[in-house]
Amino acid sequence: MAKGANNGFEPRIVGFLCRWCSYTGADLAGTSRTRYPPNLTGIRVMCSGRVDPTFVVQALADGADGVLIAGCHPGDCHYSEGNYKALRRHRMLMNLLEQLGIDRQRVRLEWVSASEGSRFAEIVTDMTEKLRALGPLHPRRPALLETAVAPGAEVHG
Amino acid sequence: MVTLTIDGKAIAAEAGLTVLQAASDAGIHIPTLCSHESLSPYGACRFCMVEVSQRGRHRLVTSCTLPVAEGMDVQTRSERVLRIRRVLAELMLARCPESTVIRDLAGELGVTASRMRPLTDVVSTIVSQSGCILCGMCVRLCDDVLKIGALAFEGRGARRRVTTPFRQPSDACLTCGACSSICPTHAIEHLRIRPHAPRPIPSEFEYGMTGRKPIYIPFPQAVPRVPVIDQSTCLYFKTGGCKVCEDNCGARAIDHAQQDQIRQLQVGTAVIATGFSLFDGGQMPRYGYGRYKNVFSALEFERLCHAGGPTGGRILTREGEPPASVAILHCIGSRDENHLRYCSRVCCMYSLKFAHLVKEKTGAEVYNLYIDVRASGKGYEEFYKRVLGEDVQFIRGKAAEVTDVAESPEERGKLIVVCEDTLLGLVRRIAVDMVILSSGLRPAEGAEKVAQAFALSCSRGEFFLERHPKLAPVDTASDGIFLAGACQGPKDIPDSVAQGGAAAAAALVLMDRGRFVLEPVTAEINAELCAGCKMCIANCPYTAIRYDPEQKVSVVTVELCKGCGTCVGGCPSGAARQDNFEDVQIFAEIKGALAPA
Amino acid sequence: MGKPKVAFYWCASCGGCEEAVVDLHEKILDVVQAVDIVLWPVALDFKRKDIEALPPGTIAVSFINGAVRLSEQLEWVRLLRERSGLVVAFGSCAHLGGIPGLANYTTRKQIFENKYLRSVSVDNPDRLLPQTRTEVNGYELHLPEVWPVVKPLDEVIDVDYYLPGCPPPVNLIASALQGILSGQLPPKGSVLAPAKALCESCPLNDSKPEKMSVSQFKRLATTSADPKTCFLAQGYVCMGPATRSGCGERCIRGNMPCRGCFGPPPQALDQGAKFLGALASMFDSRTEADAQAVADSIADPAGTFYRFSLPKSLLSGRSAPQPES
Repeated sequence: MAKGANNGFEPRIVGFLCRWCSYTGADLAGTSRTRYPPNLTGIRVMCSGRVDPTFVVQALADGADGVLIAGCHPGDCHYSEGNYKALRRHRMLMNLLEQLGIDRQRVRLEWVSASEGSRFAEIVTDMTEKLRALGPLHPRRPALLETAVAPGAEVHG
Repeated sequence: MVTLTIDGKAIAAEAGLTVLQAASDAGIHIPTLCSHESLSPYGACRFCMVEVSQRGRHRLVTSCTLPVAEGMDVQTRSERVLRIRRVLAELMLARCPESTVIRDLAGELGVTASRMRPLTDVVSTIVSQSGCILCGMCVRLCDDVLKIGALAFEGRGARRRVTTPFRQPSDACLTCGACSSICPTHAIEHLRIRPHAPRPIPSEFEYGMTGRKPIYIPFPQAVPRVPVIDQSTCLYFKTGGCKVCEDNCGARAIDHAQQDQIRQLQVGTAVIATGFSLFDGGQMPRYGYGRYKNVFSALEFERLCHAGGPTGGRILTREGEPPASVAILHCIGSRDENHLRYCSRVCCMYSLKFAHLVKEKTGAEVYNLYIDVRASGKGYEEFYKRVLGEDVQFIRGKAAEVTDVAESPEERGKLIVVCEDTLLGLVRRIAVDMVILSSGLRPAEGAEKVAQAFALSCSRGEFFLERHPKLAPVDTASDGIFLAGACQGPKDIPDSVAQGGAAAAAALVLMDRGRFVLEPVTAEINAELCAGCKMCIANCPYTAIRYDPEQKVSVVTVELCKGCGTCVGGCPSGAARQDNFEDVQIFAEIKGALAPA
Repeated sequence: MGKPKVAFYWCASCGGCEEAVVDLHEKILDVVQAVDIVLWPVALDFKRKDIEALPPGTIAVSFINGAVRLSEQLEWVRLLRERSGLVVAFGSCAHLGGIPGLANYTTRKQIFENKYLRSVSVDNPDRLLPQTRTEVNGYELHLPEVWPVVKPLDEVIDVDYYLPGCPPPVNLIASALQGILSGQLPPKGSVLAPAKALCESCPLNDSKPEKMSVSQFKRLATTSADPKTCFLAQGYVCMGPATRSGCGERCIRGNMPCRGCFGPPPQALDQGAKFLGALASMFDSRTEADAQAVADSIADPAGTFYRFSLPKSLLSGRSAPQPES
């Protein structure tokens, strides 16, 4: 895997994959021996509707540079409408995270069907490259004592 | 019931019937030209004259207008009656000397020539006067029964004739053809009533190669095998008239007032067997389907071969002649990056079948243009060998185009199939009379709607997705919904039957078991934490959550819960949880996913 | 032995929590009878050296309100922790970061520049910014340092109990004092309020239908709310479902939707994220465009959903900017 710019930074992506469509699709990418970057670790849930926005936020707080939520195509959800709920949560979460200075590309919602192994691979490849260009998502909770300012110096943020 | 005697036989007949009807019911034939079960009696042709004795009186009466009466004695073939009939025959012959029907009827009575002067000053109007016997059946049918009214009588006496209003071509005429089919002497010329050639109602089953009536049996193996009425073409729905079919139905099984009913069935299992549709050859214009008449789709050709089809099983071009040469093009639409990427599995075998039938029925030159011949079923390879030995020419090379532009005198008037014969290494032009496109299989029309209704996933080509390609070929992701046949993927009849049996067995197991297995991943709401905010209820598509106003909490009905977890993902107080997908488990997975490599 | 010693201190706060104590009205007299207040900067004139003189653990309970951002606040809360048996985080700011916690949306640099350089009413030609040390007339003056992030109290010292609310309602304060003085207290680390969310006791919950569907959220500034119908059902953002109860629904009864000052219920790790997930169930949308439109109808989701709890949230505020490479 070629190391891009940013000093060989490898983005870490947490993926939430629904058991019926996107996890099966990701599995198909594997059984088809499709090559794609190893930067994503998938977590299986029954439906993309299970994905609580708290998971996304926790993942980013725990060190993920990006989060992928993947579900069935609209109209094809195994549980009828879970993916629509995931869509709504995602759109609001994007608006909120933007206010927190987190680039929209870091949390993606994609539709991947059970037969779309190659599409899954493309998404992970694309996301890895975009995150590599964006750089790591920096820790947001610096310890108080780490930011001591020298006397008389300008105060920077 | 009334008892009367006809020709010496005692007959019991329902009161209200005419003598003609009673005789016909009893199997006694009385000739008639102007009566029909759907038309009220008219007594125009007089042929049904009989001699009636009743209470000592003898008289000659038309049996079509005479109601049965108790004690009536009817003679249908007395000397007097026959003499009258012969005179009538002579009169008819004079009026319609050309009509074969009249001549045959006269012949039965022993009349071969007429003593009257033949009608020569034929006034040409709508109806061929040389055939019209003024029986009025067409008028009565069009006006009284069908309520269209495009025909009527005009004039009196010798000048009386059947015509359209003002003798102009009629706009009211619906070209239903009822008048000509009822005319006893075949005297009606349609184009003079309405100068448009009637368009047959295309038979769906015969792919438009022949017509059908508004009332028809869809196909010979229809279940149930009863006729249906097509509301869009049935005359009753256009004019309020006709209903001749009801008159003809002895079982009184026809009811034009029937309405579509939407019925709701509550079921616990469903087998989806919505089948396939043939890839439309028109998507590949280079093969000329729809442009050249003699390029046939596979299903059209199946009908040509079939003894019950439009040609009675004879393989004929559209010009009605047996072809001297036929090309069968394999893989139309299939194994094609631009159309269907997959192999449709059945087409090679049906192409071989076509080749065999063409050879057998016509002896024509047969060319099969193939990429690979896939003959993997039981007995299939043997059949392929057999066809190879039947002098069928197999050309390895998918056809490039079908054209009618001739490049030499021999090609004129024919369809030329251009292809590369890869085994010979040549581009060839093969001139044939008929081309058959062996098209691939796609899911049936409307399959996407079925998929959405049953929450089915689809695999490549939009066929419905089985739960597991090896271990669960008839199950779907949803419990209780099974797949059978070509809707799950292209397959032939033996495989479809096997899969149908498997699906039925799986459904039976579910119904028979008497127990229901729940998903181990259902949701539950902790009443200690639930504030009854009701935000979760809108998240559930299965209506598995309801609010309990007594306890002021929301409750999951676990039998309805399918375990998606959407309510859990949206619970603002963390009161909802999902078995085996708890928040703590997922947080642990997140930590694990991000642990240093 | 003497009366139990009690201390009140304020960090980054508005003073409302002191007012809440004063709101005990005449009961305050019972309080001062029962306890010995050894520190209350707003009301009494005790100094730091008075507290420093006390042996460790001699203050029975210190009620500390306000969020922590200054070095001076850190010193004080550490001092009080050492000298106290129990520390109660008093009010939303100490509990979750509170309104001062909204500073975590921006950076210290931005705050200073806005305040001292860009503000139209400030005349600062030398472009001076606060320094921790300066010399004036031969004397060295010190100012506390401003840290880059606002923190809730329990991220700097060990906290025994939390009294939520902005400010905590009087009855909760009274019962907390009662409990502490009588020694009848729940397990350490508890929030001294019921566990269930606000909807359970909300007078408008009966008017809330089982399924709500909103295509555009409404703003109080431009519309009038019906005081007899659930705010969410009317299309207003009400944080009730993701907020602990115990406040007596003061806002609801004042025809204002809940703003979430009591913080999330115990199982909700991040109040804003939890509320966002629940709110999405109310969207009237089928397509991606519709979903975006409904989401966009909330003007400031971060400020609304994390109004009191931003520092306590999992991301605790704006992500740090990229370092210059």
